[in-house]
Amino acid sequence: MYQHNQYQKGKPQQVAVVGAGVAGLSAALTLKKQGIGVVVFEKGETPGGHLQQWHALFPDREPAAGVLNQLKQEASEQKISLRTQTEVAAVTPSGNKFRIETSQGEQNEFDAVLLATGFQLFDAARKEEYGYGIYQRVITSAGLEQRLGHGGTGLTVNGRPPHRVAFVHCVGSRDEKVGNHYCSKVCCVTGVKQAITVKERYPQCEVLNFYMDLRMFGTGYEELYREAQEKWGVMFIRGRVSEASQMHDGTIQLKAEDTLMGRPVRATVDWLVLLVGMEPEKRAQQWARSLGLQTGQAGFFSSPEKFLHPSLTAVNGIFTAGACTGPASIPESVNQGRAAALSVLEFLAEKDEAGK
Amino acid sequence: MKPANDKWGFRAEGSEQINLDKADSSLYRRLLNREPGFAVCLFCGSCRATCTSGNEGMNFRLAHLLLQRGETARLKSLTDPCLLCGKCTLVCPRNVNIRAVVYNLKIMLHEPF
Repeated sequence: MYQHNQYQKGKPQQVAVVGAGVAGLSAALTLKKQGIGVVVFEKGETPGGHLQQWHALFPDREPAAGVLNQLKQEASEQKISLRTQTEVAAVTPSGNKFRIETSQGEQNEFDAVLLATGFQLFDAARKEEYGYGIYQRVITSAGLEQRLGHGGTGLTVNGRPPHRVAFVHCVGSRDEKVGNHYCSKVCCVTGVKQAITVKERYPQCEVLNFYMDLRMFGTGYEELYREAQEKWGVMFIRGRVSEASQMHDGTIQLKAEDTLMGRPVRATVDWLVLLVGMEPEKRAQQWARSLGLQTGQAGFFSSPEKFLHPSLTAVNGIFTAGACTGPASIPESVNQGRAAALSVLEFLAEKDEAGK
Repeated sequence: MKPANDKWGFRAEGSEQINLDKADSSLYRRLLNREPGFAVCLFCGSCRATCTSGNEGMNFRLAHLLLQRGETARLKSLTDPCLLCGKCTLVCPRNVNIRAVVYNLKIMLHEPF
């Protein structure tokens, strides 16, 4: 085990964490508790990343706000130095340190850098055939979370509850037409979770999920899928929606093939929810290029030792964690953040030893 | 002489079972040779859903599946309605050039074997 006190003999070593999402905050907390100086840079106004947009979390529909608040509270108790609205413009190796330049032109040196830059949601407007941004009642999974959250507008249509809602799985994932061949892996269970929430909120509403494959890989996911069938009567239709169009009354008509029936299917719905996938953050890809970091085929950061040391990069002293390494759930991002912090500690201990 | 399976006054009219031990996938392999890209098909049905002739029985997804399993009897009726318009190719998430696959399949189905 590490004797963390050794870092406190002199000036504590300093680590920059880029991104105050779930992974970045988890890493920062772990490092801080070991006596390491941490500065977290966050381009947004508040910490929490995408978790801030979410209403409830799969698989048990726990309120996202609880998780977010706990994380924020721990960060404030540990007095994590958080620099919000501060975008990192450049990371440059400088001797045995790294110089970080912010968008405000400020420069500081750090002993190690942990990139937890996260992901961006697929821009659903790029799938023009689904009409997002054109038709009013075509929304994304993120939009649905906001509607279902506190103060959200719900799914009421002209003062009545919705009759029918359809979910489209794999929007911007497993789709070479938009350049994303990979599976975003968390959308399947998100679709099942949201389908249940719609049924809970509007029991008379029919809910249809159009899927290619349902990938219930995590603990409790398959059980949630079963619950959706058994308790809530969600209808799962095996076929990918090919197009949607708006009817004169504002409803959305969609077309698919019911591949298990072997026949084309059409359905009119009050709302069409697009389960948007995860993409690498564009800024992170720019860094990857300028720093010589490796990315996998999909553009997410990849480690040269992906089995045993997944948070390493090709540059000694730069580490990665969370969804910037590939689609990840919240517990996975937390684990990756904490694991990366341990890799950072190992690196710092070696550096400390070498400096003596 | 009566066939043996008729001696009870009824007969089993073939089997619904797909017998992979006897399946003949030579046509599938020949088509893959001409147009290799379609092996990555997900059978999602987008091609059928958007198909101009989808209501006339055109079904590339099913044709592909039958080809793979060596079931060639229905292939002509599943691909004859195709107008080669190419809409399927535009929606395919695996970027299969379905139009070219169907075009080649049509040629092969009309060639003498």
